[in-house]
Amino acid sequence: MSSICDETYHLGEFEPRPDDDTIICRCEEITRGEIRRAIHDGMYTINEVKRFLRVGMGLCQGQSCIKIVRGIIAEELGIPMSEVNVITARSPVRPVPMGVYGNDTFDPKFLGGDEDE
Amino acid sequence: MNKTSDVIVIGAGVVGCSAAYYLAKAGLKVTVLERREIAFGASGRNGTGARQSGRDNRELPLAMFGVQNIWPTLGEELGEDIEYVQNGNMRMGKTEKDLAALQEIVAANRELGLDIRLLTDIKDIRELLPMVADDVICATWCPTDGHANPMRTTLALYKKARALGAKFITNIKVLKLEKVAGQLRRVYTDDGVFEADRVILCAGYGSRKIMRTVGLDVPMLPQLTEAFITEPIPAVTEKYLCAADGSFYAQQQCNGTWLVGGDSNYEIYDANYPREVTFSFSAPRIARFFLEYMPTLAGVKVIRSWSGLLDMCWDGCPVISKVEEVPGLYIGCAFTGHGFGIGPAAGYVLAQMAMDEEPAADLSGLRYDRFRMPSH
Repeated sequence: MSSICDETYHLGEFEPRPDDDTIICRCEEITRGEIRRAIHDGMYTINEVKRFLRVGMGLCQGQSCIKIVRGIIAEELGIPMSEVNVITARSPVRPVPMGVYGNDTFDPKFLGGDEDE
Repeated sequence: MNKTSDVIVIGAGVVGCSAAYYLAKAGLKVTVLERREIAFGASGRNGTGARQSGRDNRELPLAMFGVQNIWPTLGEELGEDIEYVQNGNMRMGKTEKDLAALQEIVAANRELGLDIRLLTDIKDIRELLPMVADDVICATWCPTDGHANPMRTTLALYKKARALGAKFITNIKVLKLEKVAGQLRRVYTDDGVFEADRVILCAGYGSRKIMRTVGLDVPMLPQLTEAFITEPIPAVTEKYLCAADGSFYAQQQCNGTWLVGGDSNYEIYDANYPREVTFSFSAPRIARFFLEYMPTLAGVKVIRSWSGLLDMCWDGCPVISKVEEVPGLYIGCAFTGHGFGIGPAAGYVLAQMAMDEEPAADLSGLRYDRFRMPSH
């Protein structure tokens, strides 16, 4: 969506759908209906939907839901999915314990095993 | 597209969305011009603090006004849960230098009637924060401080402003401002000219280039800063925690995740600075500092880190001001990394000034023309 976008463009009346209760983002427990509602309230980009609802900001960092969220945005806005951006990839790739993250050295005690081992 | 309105707001961060909301609520025709997306800059990236303690006394009146009159009811007013909690702010220190800094803060802030206390007994500190590190020797405690979800606050303000008729245009670049017959009137963009008698400029560091087109300047620099978030864990504390030396700030959000941020002040020396990416050393350094105060959280996993740009003002305070030399221009920028907490209030007073009302808080120390070369 690189063209100039007038956010006051209205998508028309929000129409509930039978599958609105389906949970799309499992980490943050956000449903399809909440995402559709946010889009109708003016969140027209993946970043706006993400920041408003925290979809894709949980433990899996959007790896399981963002494709579906992008599909919902494309469907609601009536545009091809290729026009909906992907979310920015953030470091770290996998969850890392703070003690390891903050250290230059490796300490096995942060891997969850017994410290005495 | 109709390009004439009563007020044009440049920048759709928390300040711009707040100003647009209060103006639209008062029945004015508002157009908001945004370079990127709503809440794309610092408003979507900051450390969530709705804090009064430790602020410069020039901006403290506005911060106190916000905590007393805006934050407690804002979520309800907007019809959204903005996750505002008011459970106090603890600024902790470990050295004599930290203690001196905290004493200075307490003395200054108490002058304006803020309830802030200095704790120098580890027992008192432990009572408020049982898991704190053993070598903490001092802390300030301000019970009326709190935090909120900045992304949701900004987008909820946007949503409500939009529902009240404010017009938001994103992906549009403001090129210059122009006066007509001595009065600010035209805003040139890459999509034509917009017109209004009042313009509120709150585009973060981007404000500088825009205000220069009408001969103004605010001495500020963009500074990169980073933060990270952890996996959700059971509730530890709802207090906002930070270090006297500014090495970290942290708080556990409503969903159980810990948001931790801070400055390393090293990024500006990187050859590719400023760039909108994270540095490999910044967030780990913040984690290290945080764990020096909260060692029991060492096993909590970091899931995401990100960066953002602060608009650092030369004297550490924002500019929230009417501009007499350019009638019709109102500036809210240079928030220096502590803008979110006063953001909604800043939007409120900017909207007031744009409607020719007396601002609700004392802004006399935040004027645009306060910058003079130091005389010594």
